[in-house]
Amino acid sequence: MAQAEAPATPQQKPIVPFLRLPQGPGDKAHLQGSRCRQCGATYLGSRMACSRCFSTEPMEDLRLSDRGELHVFSIVHQSAPGVPVPYVAAIVDLPEGVSVRCNIEGVEPDPSNLRFGMPVEMFTEKVHTDRDGNEIIAFKFRPANGTS
Amino acid sequence: MRDVAIVGAAMLKFGRYPDKTVPELGAQACLLALKDAGLTMKEVEIFVSGNLYQANATVGQRILKEIGQTGIPVINVANACATGSTAFREAYMSVASGAYDIAIAVGVEQMGKMGLLGGGGAGGGSGISTEGILGSGLMPAVFGQAGVEHMRKYGTTFEQFAKVAVKNHKHSMANPYSQYQVETSLEDVMNARVVAWPNTLYMCCPTGDGAAAAVITSMDKARQYTTKPIKVAASVLTSDPWSERDLILPDVNTLTRNAAKEAYEKAGLGPKDLDLIELHDCFATAELLHYENLGICGEGEAGRMVDEGETMVGGRIPVAPSGGLLSKGHPLGATGVANICEVVWHLRGEAGDRQVEGAKVGLAHVIGLGSACTIHVLQA
Repeated sequence: MAQAEAPATPQQKPIVPFLRLPQGPGDKAHLQGSRCRQCGATYLGSRMACSRCFSTEPMEDLRLSDRGELHVFSIVHQSAPGVPVPYVAAIVDLPEGVSVRCNIEGVEPDPSNLRFGMPVEMFTEKVHTDRDGNEIIAFKFRPANGTS
Repeated sequence: MRDVAIVGAAMLKFGRYPDKTVPELGAQACLLALKDAGLTMKEVEIFVSGNLYQANATVGQRILKEIGQTGIPVINVANACATGSTAFREAYMSVASGAYDIAIAVGVEQMGKMGLLGGGGAGGGSGISTEGILGSGLMPAVFGQAGVEHMRKYGTTFEQFAKVAVKNHKHSMANPYSQYQVETSLEDVMNARVVAWPNTLYMCCPTGDGAAAAVITSMDKARQYTTKPIKVAASVLTSDPWSERDLILPDVNTLTRNAAKEAYEKAGLGPKDLDLIELHDCFATAELLHYENLGICGEGEAGRMVDEGETMVGGRIPVAPSGGLLSKGHPLGATGVANICEVVWHLRGEAGDRQVEGAKVGLAHVIGLGSACTIHVLQA
């Protein structure tokens, strides 16, 4: 006889596969990257082969830093329906040689508040709850406090 | 490869055509281009159609059902914003290879008043759009960031980017094919609402509908049809090579530089030989980057170039005499062919009040994010 399906326990899920949520107490959320063992090219997330040197050797898994520097930004005042504006859309460079596209929060969205190269740090927060009650977690960056 | 010439060129004024279908718009442009060439569909041996938003709907064949079904090969092309110019290149290759003597390339698009293009897409796995959560993948922000990168590198200013829009809107006043013909002052542009810093509303191209077509033949045959064949001196298509931040911050520069280098080599010409340029000014920020990418100024000199009016009609090297995408409009699939038409008209001396006097060599550049870049060098 078929058993009634037990309702799934709502879980936290990352918004993109390269955001890794904490695996246990003491662990922190982090971004995952990969590095080509042949030429050293680094990537956000995973690649089937190195698009720089074409090596198909499995890449080295990288646990990316949660601190980086602001490379460039735009202040978005008009967006898709439902997206709150204005906000800072940025490219952040991480020390592993990986860039990441993200929002910068914790600062008024005005060019005068943003400095090229300014230190920023990653944090995570819930951005959505899906139909099954799962919490969708995203990463964002904010100006880094103190020294890194 | 043998020499190829453009013998017919036509476009519909870009704008809104809610009462027309995509094949009807394309068909109209084809008939005008054939008339310009003094040819009919009976002589055409291969047909290449560029359209993005109906890429699964055999637009080319549907155009032929409006204007002439002779059973010839039809190729439907989709390649982001470079769709039309890629269609042109396919037609060029068909003739240059010697396989066919007479080809049509048509680009057509009907966008209506659709919103911003591009996007972060679904978040892989979670199914949640990342737009506005993980930055922005919409074109205004992407090209905003590309402009901010130029500011960071060279100290380029908001005002310098704004001057590009002032110039192109001014140029549009003499182009009856332009979707918008509205002159804007520097204050108008700088005080308009910001879409994505540093691009304000007047620094972003509009969406719209339109079509453009070109008839090409082998150079041997061209003189049967026209006294002013325009030689395709180079036809180049590139995609983005590996670069450090590409795919995170789309690199619109490297593939344009690669295309320019190859185009100049193939044409045996350099940036100093150009009399006019139609480039991909989807946003005002983009135009300045491409001055350097196309080699018409040194690194970091693009801001100075626009300050000194060197790219105005009448300046050292006019850029976007048509009004550019910023004014003329950017119905995606049509854009690449329309840019080629504009250059053709200048080289024939038929560009009316916006004519670049004595133009002998022109360059048409298009970039589609993802990325695809085409450069065509045309010669009178």
